[in-house]
Amino acid sequence: MTTLTPHTGYLTGRLLMATLRQPAFVVIMLIQPMIWLLLFGQLFKRIVELPGFATGSYIDFLTPGVVVMTVLFTSGWAGMAFIDDMDRGVMDRMLASPASRGAMMLASVLNQAVTVVVQGVIVVLVGLALGAEFPGGIAGILVMFLASVLLAAAFSCLSNGMALIVRTSESLIGFSTMLTLPLSFLSSAMIAREAAPEWIQTVSSYNPVDWTVVASREALSADPDWGAVLLRLAGLFVVAVVTGFIATRAFRAYQKSL
Amino acid sequence: MTHVRGTAIEAVALVKRYGEVTALDGLSFTVPAGTVFGLLGPNGAGKSTTIKILTTLSTPTSGAATVAGIDVLAHPNAVRRAIGVVTQGSGTDRQATGRENLLLAAHIHGMRGRAATARVDELLELFDLTGAAKRLVKAYSGGMQRKLDVAMGLVHRPSVLFLDEPTTGLDPQARSEMWAEIARLATQERLTILLTTHYLEEADHLADHLVIVDRGRLVAQGSPEELKSELRGDAVVVELAPDASVDSARTAVEAMAREVTVTGRTIRARVDNGASAVPAVLAELERAAVAVAAVTVARPALDDVYLRHTGRTFAAASASASGSGSEEVAVA
Repeated sequence: MTTLTPHTGYLTGRLLMATLRQPAFVVIMLIQPMIWLLLFGQLFKRIVELPGFATGSYIDFLTPGVVVMTVLFTSGWAGMAFIDDMDRGVMDRMLASPASRGAMMLASVLNQAVTVVVQGVIVVLVGLALGAEFPGGIAGILVMFLASVLLAAAFSCLSNGMALIVRTSESLIGFSTMLTLPLSFLSSAMIAREAAPEWIQTVSSYNPVDWTVVASREALSADPDWGAVLLRLAGLFVVAVVTGFIATRAFRAYQKSL
Repeated sequence: MTHVRGTAIEAVALVKRYGEVTALDGLSFTVPAGTVFGLLGPNGAGKSTTIKILTTLSTPTSGAATVAGIDVLAHPNAVRRAIGVVTQGSGTDRQATGRENLLLAAHIHGMRGRAATARVDELLELFDLTGAAKRLVKAYSGGMQRKLDVAMGLVHRPSVLFLDEPTTGLDPQARSEMWAEIARLATQERLTILLTTHYLEEADHLADHLVIVDRGRLVAQGSPEELKSELRGDAVVVELAPDASVDSARTAVEAMAREVTVTGRTIRARVDNGASAVPAVLAELERAAVAVAAVTVARPALDDVYLRHTGRTFAAASASASGSGSEEVAVA
């Protein structure tokens, strides 16, 4: 365990450097959430006229939703780096070295966390430019980022764990795609909870994606219910730790198949 | 190195099954410390599987192994600190520079600060990569990447180095450079090196001792010289002309030589003295009215050792295994 912290540092540095060396990837990563906010903001502009929406501006409502969807669509692909490493022989070299398995997982999580926060800042800035208002202020925005990072941790661990088991990019793409869209729509990311069918309301209350959206929106509101926020943050933390633990165990499954 | 004693690697009755497929079928061997040990066999023979078990990547279905005196099953982490591993293919990060790759390897092995950078600079110098140190690995040639691979395996001064197919995919120039590098490491760095190869000449050239593996079993072991001297005499290879009768040629050669095998239009046989036997063999073939395209005489080579122990030529075994190689499935 004494190697966990230094190894995490070195391995995170490696991943961040690799990201920065692909400018096209960085640009796409930054533009994609902007497009969502602009596109969905226009497409569903009048949705707030439906009963169930407390707010009068869809951009206010949508901004945290897009932040959270961006988390899913970014960290769902975390495992691709693992598959790349497997294909290149980097994974085998790491596993035959004293590299801490926990650090290999944590480095991927931290890389995702940095990405997700940068994307979150972009979305918030674009939202503000489109006239969104966040009465919760800076504190609210920071809580949204914290919730997003916890969700990113859970999702990237899930993606990495799947990568270690399926071992091909095709299978991982399938898995990630199958999961991200339904989980987004089974939450209040785009539509107010009260405006959704009852069964979706029920399902979404067990959906960590929805916890992230609710915690974020609550913290950004004028008078946050901090108890509700904390409860969901705690739930997200537990989910992140459990998926992290299970995903780290998946290294063994990978080695069994060698 | 006479002052290096003891056993560096011991494999005892290693068995590895993947479902129905048996990749290793009771393989045992011992590698003396400070030697270059070759694991020779065609693709799919079980070489990579053996390396994976010895480097703690994989666990055997049954059997035991120690590396640097440490039990690989009981103390995998201690083994990982003692060994350097150069995997098949590559193990370098293409999006990083050569220097960054080496520094990361040093850091993972617990080296810090100036000790790490000094070692990295030393290795860059040693492998003639100083000029390319700040370039991304994806811009390296195949030979440079392979040198970087080996350098990464040496960062923490391991006592045992595993090289899995170190020259596969290299052009002849890069291959001979790599051979020189491996030979130098063995003599100057007092390393124990276990290398796998499916190139007979590579094993012959580099290994002090070698085992020949076929279908997960050991078929022969010894020094290349010992293995070759087991074969008495020289090999005579007769290539028949397109219209010659293989059967009458075989009968004719059998009258003059022993251990006759036929592959297609090629007849291999063994004689005590090649130089004096060739005229007699040719005379016999002429008497049988067999047209000959070419005759060659060769001192015993490992190819002959392989042929004798497995009943097929090395090239034929490699070709038949490449389509269904059990161990190569996992390597992809």
